[in-house]
Amino acid sequence: MTADAPILELSGVHAYYGRAHILSDVSFTVRRGEVAVLLGRNGAGKTTTLKTIIGLVPAVKGEIKFSGQRIDGLPPYRIAASGLGYVPEDRRIFTDLTVAENLDVGRQPPREGVPSWTLEKLFALFPNLAEMRNRPGGRTSGGEQQMLTIARTLMGNPSCILLDEPSEGLAPVIVDQMAVAIKELKAEGLSVLLSEQNLHFATAVADRAYIIEKGHIRFGGTIAELSANEEVRNAYLAV
Amino acid sequence: MASILVQFLNGLAAASTLFLIATGLSLIFGVTRIVNFAHGSLYMLGIYVAYSAVNAFQPAGPLGFWGGMLVAALAVGALGALIEILILRRIYQAPELFQLLATFALVLIIKDFALWVWGAEDLLGPRAVGLDGAVSIAGRRFPEYDLFLIAVGPLVLGLLWLLLHRTRWGTLVRAATQDREMVGALGVNQKLLFTSVFALGAFLAGLGGALEVPREPAQLFLDLSAISDAFVIVVVGGMGSIPGAFLAALIIGEVKAFCIGIGNVEILGVVVSFSKLTLVIEFVVMAVVLVVRPWGLLGRPQAIQRAAPSHIEPPLRPASRGLVAGAVVLGVALLALPAYGTAYNVVLMIDILVFALFAASLHFLMGPAGMVSFGHAAYFGLGAYGAGLLLLRAGFPMEAALVAAPFVAALGAALFGWFCVRLSGVYLAMLTLAFAQIGWSIVFQWDSFTGGSNGMVGIWPAAWLSAKPTYYVLTLLLCAAGLLAMRRIVYAPFGYALRAGRDSPLRCDAIGIDLQRIQWAAFTLAGAFAGLAGAIYAFSKGSVSPEVMAISRSVDGLVMVLLGGVQTLSGPAVGAAAFTWLQDTIARNTEYWQSLLGLTILVIVLAFPRGIVGFLAWRFGRAEEIE
Repeated sequence: MTADAPILELSGVHAYYGRAHILSDVSFTVRRGEVAVLLGRNGAGKTTTLKTIIGLVPAVKGEIKFSGQRIDGLPPYRIAASGLGYVPEDRRIFTDLTVAENLDVGRQPPREGVPSWTLEKLFALFPNLAEMRNRPGGRTSGGEQQMLTIARTLMGNPSCILLDEPSEGLAPVIVDQMAVAIKELKAEGLSVLLSEQNLHFATAVADRAYIIEKGHIRFGGTIAELSANEEVRNAYLAV
Repeated sequence: MASILVQFLNGLAAASTLFLIATGLSLIFGVTRIVNFAHGSLYMLGIYVAYSAVNAFQPAGPLGFWGGMLVAALAVGALGALIEILILRRIYQAPELFQLLATFALVLIIKDFALWVWGAEDLLGPRAVGLDGAVSIAGRRFPEYDLFLIAVGPLVLGLLWLLLHRTRWGTLVRAATQDREMVGALGVNQKLLFTSVFALGAFLAGLGGALEVPREPAQLFLDLSAISDAFVIVVVGGMGSIPGAFLAALIIGEVKAFCIGIGNVEILGVVVSFSKLTLVIEFVVMAVVLVVRPWGLLGRPQAIQRAAPSHIEPPLRPASRGLVAGAVVLGVALLALPAYGTAYNVVLMIDILVFALFAASLHFLMGPAGMVSFGHAAYFGLGAYGAGLLLLRAGFPMEAALVAAPFVAALGAALFGWFCVRLSGVYLAMLTLAFAQIGWSIVFQWDSFTGGSNGMVGIWPAAWLSAKPTYYVLTLLLCAAGLLAMRRIVYAPFGYALRAGRDSPLRCDAIGIDLQRIQWAAFTLAGAFAGLAGAIYAFSKGSVSPEVMAISRSVDGLVMVLLGGVQTLSGPAVGAAAFTWLQDTIARNTEYWQSLLGLTILVIVLAFPRGIVGFLAWRFGRAEEIE
């Protein structure tokens, strides 16, 4: 398999919330081993795109392929168990469970050709978590919860993870730690699709960018191409 | 002193059984968000199956006896798994009311099944092999078996704790209790989790039942008495909290034991029978707890469920000219019925009108007010008994009794409603059921005042109304007036406020509407209309019996509303007519009407898991996504 073979492919995906048409004809690709970012303003459809990929929102039309297999229409647990990890925007920590128990919920058997994660390895990546393994998840700070939710998903030994706005609401120093962590995941060989509003953060970690606006993909290209294209940035990302 | 100790031990023994039932109910609710109304039926089935198993295996000695109990509990657990796979799994996305109705249908089916297999006679099992003696405690004899039961409660509590905190399965169950959608998104197959939790809960209920075999005969009413006990315990202890269920079971068990122990006491010259107060005392405990801690002793406020289907009720539209004209024509045709119908038609039509009013009053609560009541028959019954008691015991003239009876029902609804409006959703449904069960047991037990299980006879209308056609016209006028009044209220500002509160309590609060007060008023009003229906019913039959406020009557009302459609105002009347006519036609031909009704409910629920109207919208409208 070549390095730039696609691991995740969306083609012509449509999704609805009730009667509201949220995604129209969304197509894009995440290549194996790269970090792709989905950029867009609030309400553009970033979160819905990730939820549609993991199966929490049904794809009414179109195809989603993961590692060459169709996954649209499968229940979320099947998609997750096939090696696609999902980290929700609102973290969704199990507040009554301890940090260690939260991680245990995410545990899946090791997968061939994919980095395997143990508690020790995760605690090396997120040192803060090691000290609070027996603390209830509800009694951790926002930054710690963001680390925990990523670590919990990594316990499933995914080959690709979907990260929904990992920098949102975090202190600048934590955002920097998050960028380091994402680069380490890439170095481990994971593919990453993240959604972001923070262009600075995205530029620091991503190889490729897609811009979504009102449920349509408006731009696709490398980060370098996006940096060079001021017109696109002003049209879709400037506040 | 010695007697106090023995009462205390009795309470502990009873608490163990109550804990086993309530904890299973609580576990199942925590993970699946389904209130399993059939939980008491599983408990009852545990007793019956254990009775048969123990008798069959008894010859094998002690191993046969204890093995028989275990087999019975396992069988009930397996049945639970089967119920989950065949029925519940299909309706997790359905509206809450449908889920409640489906488990209610199981209550009806299991009851008729038990009647068919074991008959209506009480069945007393053998005494426990190896534990059939008694020990001497402070000079009193106390059964060894009860000591064993006392140990079972804490033992099961400990085992459950280990299971939930020391195994991955337990971790997953606790995680799913909080956010089952996220658990699925982490790659966990929830189907297995749900089935296993349901099986465990059913096993615990079955075990609770099996362990009662040496103490209590198997009886057909145990299902509903167990479920209302379990509801009270879960509400007192806090939904989803296992230690809470244990604590509440201890409190309720002790309070009941002491009531029985105290027996008859003379207070200020009046003999008060505490042993008959057992169910009422439960209510008092629950009321006190709800006032002090609305979420139970060890519970927490119910979090807004993430995966809950969001149902948007369509706005109501005033009747069109065509509909008004149709209603007038129908009214005239009904008014003239005695002129062209048979005597039997007239009697049946009185029933239909009464139940149309009853169903409409329930719909008023469920639809516009958004409060699902599983015990609406309580107010129908209060109206019927109110009429009978005022006529026979207070010597009211019939007309005065008929006018006053709805106020009796309204008073009861105001009392119960004060507690009910403090809760919502399934808590509310459970509380209404518990209140109805309490009301039923009061009229059932109070022989000297309500006539007990025999009820009261001789409740006839005044002379000028005694001819059936005349009484029919009165019924028609009163029921039509009631229906129109409720319709008018829904379109009044009060009705707008009610609907606003149903759709968004938070925003309602924010614009200065005292929602609890408005809901309380609606609850009382609905009770009054149900009471009017009950009073008319009592005078049309000439008698009342506890059946008028039995749980099956509450379910009848729900089915009528469901048949007609919750989203329409004329639906309940249509549903009541269809239901009453069907019941009249079918019930005369079979002994197992209840299970037939249960099967009908299951078919409706399984065939239209989105509701009948939801089904039509889905089938003929655009694909609507239910998240």
